[in-house]
Amino acid sequence: MEKRGLAFGVSLALILISVASISLRGLNFGVDFTGGTIIEVGYEEAVDLESVRGRLSAAGLENVSVQHFGSAKDVLIRAALDDGVAQAELSNKVLDGLRKDGDVKLRRVEFVGPRVGEELREDGGLAMLYALIGILLYVAFRFEYRFAFGSVIALVHDVLVTIGFFSVTGIEFDLSVLAAVLAVIGYSLNDTIVVYDRIRENFLKLRKRTGVKVGAVIDSAINKTLARTLVTSVTTMLVLIALFVLGSEVIRGFTVAMMVGIVVGTYSSIYVAGSSLLFLGLSAESMMQVKKEGEEFGRP
Amino acid sequence: MPNQYPLWKYLLIAAVSVTAVVYALPNAYPSDPAVQISDSDGAVNRGVPARLMRLLDESGVPYKAVETEENGNVLVRFHQPEAQLRAVDAIKKELAGRYSVALNLASATPGWLAALNARPMNLGLDLRGGVYFLLSVDVDAALKKTLRAYLDSFRAEFRENKIRYRELSLKGGELLLDFSRETDQEAAAAHLARRYPGELTVVQSESQGRFFLTAALAEEHIKEVVGYAVQQNILTLRKRVDELGVAEPVVTRQGRDRISVQLPGVQDTARAKEILGATATLEFRMVAESENPEKAERTGRIPPGTRLYRQRDGAPVLLKQSVMLTGDRIIDAASGIDGERGGPAVFITLDAKGARTFSRVTGKNVKRMMAVVYIENKVETYLGEDDEIKRRRITIEEVISVAQIQEQLSKRFQITGLDGTQEARRLALLLRAGALAAPLEIVEERTVGPSLGKENIRRGTRSIIFAFLLVVLFMGIYYRVFGLLADLALSLNIVLIIAVVSLIPGATLTLPGIVGIVLTVGMAVDANVLIFERIREELGSGSSAQASIDSGYRQAFSTIADANVTTLIAALVLFAFGTGPIKGFAVTLSVGILCSMFTAIMGTRAVANLIYGRKKTATLAI
Repeated sequence: MEKRGLAFGVSLALILISVASISLRGLNFGVDFTGGTIIEVGYEEAVDLESVRGRLSAAGLENVSVQHFGSAKDVLIRAALDDGVAQAELSNKVLDGLRKDGDVKLRRVEFVGPRVGEELREDGGLAMLYALIGILLYVAFRFEYRFAFGSVIALVHDVLVTIGFFSVTGIEFDLSVLAAVLAVIGYSLNDTIVVYDRIRENFLKLRKRTGVKVGAVIDSAINKTLARTLVTSVTTMLVLIALFVLGSEVIRGFTVAMMVGIVVGTYSSIYVAGSSLLFLGLSAESMMQVKKEGEEFGRP
Repeated sequence: MPNQYPLWKYLLIAAVSVTAVVYALPNAYPSDPAVQISDSDGAVNRGVPARLMRLLDESGVPYKAVETEENGNVLVRFHQPEAQLRAVDAIKKELAGRYSVALNLASATPGWLAALNARPMNLGLDLRGGVYFLLSVDVDAALKKTLRAYLDSFRAEFRENKIRYRELSLKGGELLLDFSRETDQEAAAAHLARRYPGELTVVQSESQGRFFLTAALAEEHIKEVVGYAVQQNILTLRKRVDELGVAEPVVTRQGRDRISVQLPGVQDTARAKEILGATATLEFRMVAESENPEKAERTGRIPPGTRLYRQRDGAPVLLKQSVMLTGDRIIDAASGIDGERGGPAVFITLDAKGARTFSRVTGKNVKRMMAVVYIENKVETYLGEDDEIKRRRITIEEVISVAQIQEQLSKRFQITGLDGTQEARRLALLLRAGALAAPLEIVEERTVGPSLGKENIRRGTRSIIFAFLLVVLFMGIYYRVFGLLADLALSLNIVLIIAVVSLIPGATLTLPGIVGIVLTVGMAVDANVLIFERIREELGSGSSAQASIDSGYRQAFSTIADANVTTLIAALVLFAFGTGPIKGFAVTLSVGILCSMFTAIMGTRAVANLIYGRKKTATLAI
């Protein structure tokens, strides 16, 4: 807990950067949230983007973005909603236009109408809100209300920094990234709970002695669980590396989000979760109430 | 004695493991892309398999097998989806019209597994290739249609009850009934209340010597109408999807006014969209023979009780306002050749009610002219003045044929005047597939080509294997013997997840679902890590080996429970709010967590007990 000041500084800096970036730069929302069309096509050989653009504008599609996706043979075409072209027909037109160049394979199409895009945005926001509320309630129930707030503070910190990362780097933020953020919430909470559980246990063991400093209790809890926290982070990171290297391009955003989320989550479980408890005024007396809870729940 | 498990616990774990392996096994036998030939009248002709084999050999399409199923259908299996797609076109041409030819994913589960009800997992569209559409029902159009139907009924009913009216019209979503005399107005109101209780809210008013009734649809009735329109559309879409020849299509309602359609294996999205979205229908109206259409067009004055239409060649024609027959009475339509003149024709069959109505109408109007009106609804987007995207609904209504009624027609008849055989076939298809109760608009589309689907599977499995190896290695090195125990638990975990997902009906494996499995590999060890760290701690503080194992497991339990429940909450929220692929992720994540709790707590303990249980070891390899 001595490093509290430093950790606080770091966290604050990260949060400020994230918030600033999100409000000023915004997020590079994928088509799931903005609406629009994504078309991925595969050519037999490496293809020049200029010629693809030429074909598309000949088909009457001016406002499209064209880029390589994964390899020089694959092209990703993005068309926003504000076109004079009937949206659902867009993919047909694109394919027809590109077919003139030879054998083009349609790999995937994603079209999201404006209303659905809006709904997904709303639903995404709501999902996060509900998750946080659910967690708040559960933790308050199992531990004590300060723990609940402490965990939510750590979680909000994680979510903000992760989303901030996407804002700063400009990586596309689509539905799977949102799913990753929710998974990170679950995972980071995992870590935090383990620490809290240890804190509760330590208080139980130490309550007989007087003059126990809350800070010391929290410290020893964190130290004892450090090994476990790090090991789990390592195993999960190993897995994510496997996904990053071998997984398909489509889930790249998800993988990155989870990696960032896990690093930040581990950091927050070690530094932010504990300090928040102190900050919220956790004391030996408040732990007395928790003792009752802990004893009620039987162990196998 | 600590660390002794009662026998029944060992048996339980063994039983679960064996069951898991059995039910996960079908996934090792992936389904074959196939083409299914069936005959609605019964079994397919015996000679067909041989014909097909010859055809495929000649076309150079490699196939795996040609089989006859129990119900008489013929199944042709292929190794690759590309072969399947090439074959289906060739087969359709060869067996044209006589049989139903459909794309299929044929299960390759060996007999003994199938007998136990073991099947491979359902693969989502992003792994199989296919098309997903989300269609929005145009509720306003459905309501308008209902109101118009009321108007038609009112005209007939008022006439029958000798209620005179000036005009009946549809204005701004309500029916406006105009009467000259108050007595008529009251009689009409009474009639409506009696005939349509609860369906309409009617308001009486008076202005400038005229008496009005404004009727609007009651709230409850609106809900009914919308619900009915969506249901009807779902049925119609299902029929249309059948026409496309798709195996295992899924058409379901989503929310108040949306329909989701999943077509696995479909590649020609343009055609799919056309068939799904088209709202073509027919209307039969009598020609207003006593009026002059050219004059009406020129002067702009349409005689009352008629409407001006255009024919195919642009010539105007006046048709009576009341509709003699609507397209939804058509139960079958087939394209063919007109017996008399040899041109393309569509042969139509009506249902009982339609047949009665049509018979009555044509009987009364023999030798008079009747027109067939072709109606299609389309949604067009265009740029408005302020550069805003606007949508508008355009309705194409054209008269495709005007012919004299030769005799009283009833259940079956033919219509001619079509542009060619292509159009005849298209019209027949659309009529057969039914008229939509309300127009549909595509609001979301996700298509995945088959090559991408296969690649996703390949990469997904590779990721799982690689991740598994990395974690196994790490755990083995860091926790030694106990680490290997954890690895064993991990393997069982994966098998369990696969078995559970295969068993749950309706659960689909998507690409995010595979990611969920990979994630579980990383997170499942967590429970074990908690336990092992505890054991290490206990050893460190001087407890005996046995006591350490015992208290390690006990103390870690509540932590494991808490930690996993919270991840479950996140997974549940994802499940509730997510769409298809994300739901798949939530499912595998949740199942993975639950299974990992089981394997970590009971599974590894059992093996640890087996190894260390009765021995008086001082050291633990941990």
